[in-house]
Amino acid sequence: MSRVEGLQVVLRQVGPIPLDAAFDCAPGEVLALVGPSGSGKSTILRSIAGTYAPAAGRVTVGGETWFDGDRGLRVAAHRRRVGLVFQSYALFPHMTALANVAAAMGEAPAVERAERARALLALVHLEGLEQRRPAELSGGQQQRVAVARALAREPRVLLLDEPFSAVDRATRQRLYREIAELRRGLEMPVVLVTHDLDEAVMLADRLVVLYRGRTLQSGTPQEVTTRPASAEVARLVDLRNLFDAEVAARDPADGRLLLDWAGLRLEARAGPEGATAAPGDRVTWVVPDGFVVLHRRDRPSRGEHENPVAGRIGMLLPIGQTAHLTLLPDHAPEQRLHFSVPLHVARRNGLEPGVAAAVSLLAEGIHVMPSRGE
Amino acid sequence: MDWTALELSLRLAAFTVVLLLPIGIALGRLLAYRDFRGKGLVEALVALPLVLPPTVFGYYLLVAFGAASPLGQLWQQATGRPLVFTFEGLLFASVIFNLPFAVQPMQRGFEAIAPEVREAAACCGMAPWRALLRVELPLAWPGILTALVLSFAHTLGEFGIVLMVGGSIPGETKTIAIAIYDRVQAFDDLAAAQMSTLLLAISLVTIALTFAFSRRVGRRLG
Repeated sequence: MSRVEGLQVVLRQVGPIPLDAAFDCAPGEVLALVGPSGSGKSTILRSIAGTYAPAAGRVTVGGETWFDGDRGLRVAAHRRRVGLVFQSYALFPHMTALANVAAAMGEAPAVERAERARALLALVHLEGLEQRRPAELSGGQQQRVAVARALAREPRVLLLDEPFSAVDRATRQRLYREIAELRRGLEMPVVLVTHDLDEAVMLADRLVVLYRGRTLQSGTPQEVTTRPASAEVARLVDLRNLFDAEVAARDPADGRLLLDWAGLRLEARAGPEGATAAPGDRVTWVVPDGFVVLHRRDRPSRGEHENPVAGRIGMLLPIGQTAHLTLLPDHAPEQRLHFSVPLHVARRNGLEPGVAAAVSLLAEGIHVMPSRGE
Repeated sequence: MDWTALELSLRLAAFTVVLLLPIGIALGRLLAYRDFRGKGLVEALVALPLVLPPTVFGYYLLVAFGAASPLGQLWQQATGRPLVFTFEGLLFASVIFNLPFAVQPMQRGFEAIAPEVREAAACCGMAPWRALLRVELPLAWPGILTALVLSFAHTLGEFGIVLMVGGSIPGETKTIAIAIYDRVQAFDDLAAAQMSTLLLAISLVTIALTFAFSRRVGRRLG
């Protein structure tokens, strides 16, 4: 068998926690498993680490098989070279930071372990705190000890289970930067579990969207957040502009689609998923907020010819310096379009509930999917 | 003051604690971490000495250890001595009636360790025995210590079962609790008072030391 690099995971079971997941992760790649709570993310991570035994499937790391349901093979957790950063960090409370890190270094001589543990703690910016116990460290510092401990084993795969959920926002932002910096030096596959889509987009090279233990889509953050594979994924990645339409026509030359959206004609770029759509087919389409462009009274632009939609402002919700708006289109007011503009733009254009406004839906942002079948 | 009885009681308590340490760790850990058929029954059996009258418990042990029982005969063949009315028989009885005092605090001690911490030990490459020595025992230590102190103090004070299984043979099975009863029966109030005071002092000091120690450990682990 040829040497396979990276991590390959296939997991299947009916219960108690349903799993139907398949993904892989290349060396040096950061893969984020995203999905709501209860979607099986942590169970998948534990199946890789070996502290959970799924019913069927296969886990291989760098060509080495750790789990194979068919062959009844299951390597014990302590024999798998993994680094796992727990959500609660799970540091050993009776050991100092240094001892926590050294505890993951096996049977090497004590002096050598202490030296390497010191170097790892320095890597995560914890010089001077080696002799503190976990209870004497802040949440952010505990998280760094946990990262250092996970790396201490020179793991063949690094697993991070919601590692940022227990720290405050400011600390989290700092830790994001540090992890992003740290990962450049890592050569093993890194799997990050998170329910926070923004976090996943920021840190990961690829996302795997999970729902009830099932992998719905995997792709780059850009792909998943702008070209979801299904309406289900669109909802999970918080794309709110999700509508149904009928294919009115299709341009055989460039593959562009003409959609009939409750009577309004829209031009859409047909992606790979929309390529099979034929006139008369029901489809579901989505447009991310960023592709909904306001027609500004103060600054008209040429883009306004593209899929113009006229309507009235339904709701205006200022959050920070951003105004979150809905537009109730004149042709179908129940089909609310969500978009956002800087707050000053909303003010300058006199946007408020009930006022007439128009937007353009950029054709390149309209993504056509199979019908969600309502 | 019956120094022989005191020495015997301390010896019995010490041996009991030494035997209960591995038994309690094994049983407490099993009950804390494993789910198996009949777990409820095992827990009930362990707790039984708490609710059963000592005389009833002692009676059954007497029957089980007696010369007519398979256990009694086996012991007689192996050692040449009977099991009832001997120090060894008393020690066996002591281990059994102290099971709840040893197993339950140890079980709580193991249960108090977060499951993630035990998972972390495995993910740090520690084999199960290594995780037990380096992570589980240090963290369950307050529970284990409580268990040992309770068993020790309880052995010093046990009366009914000792009388049933051991009788009152000086130097062999006459413990200090029985000696006190003996002195009271003989209207030797001074000796009874002295021994009672001593027993009270020993019990109080050991339990106070345990509480102080547990608190210190608790603070350290935060």
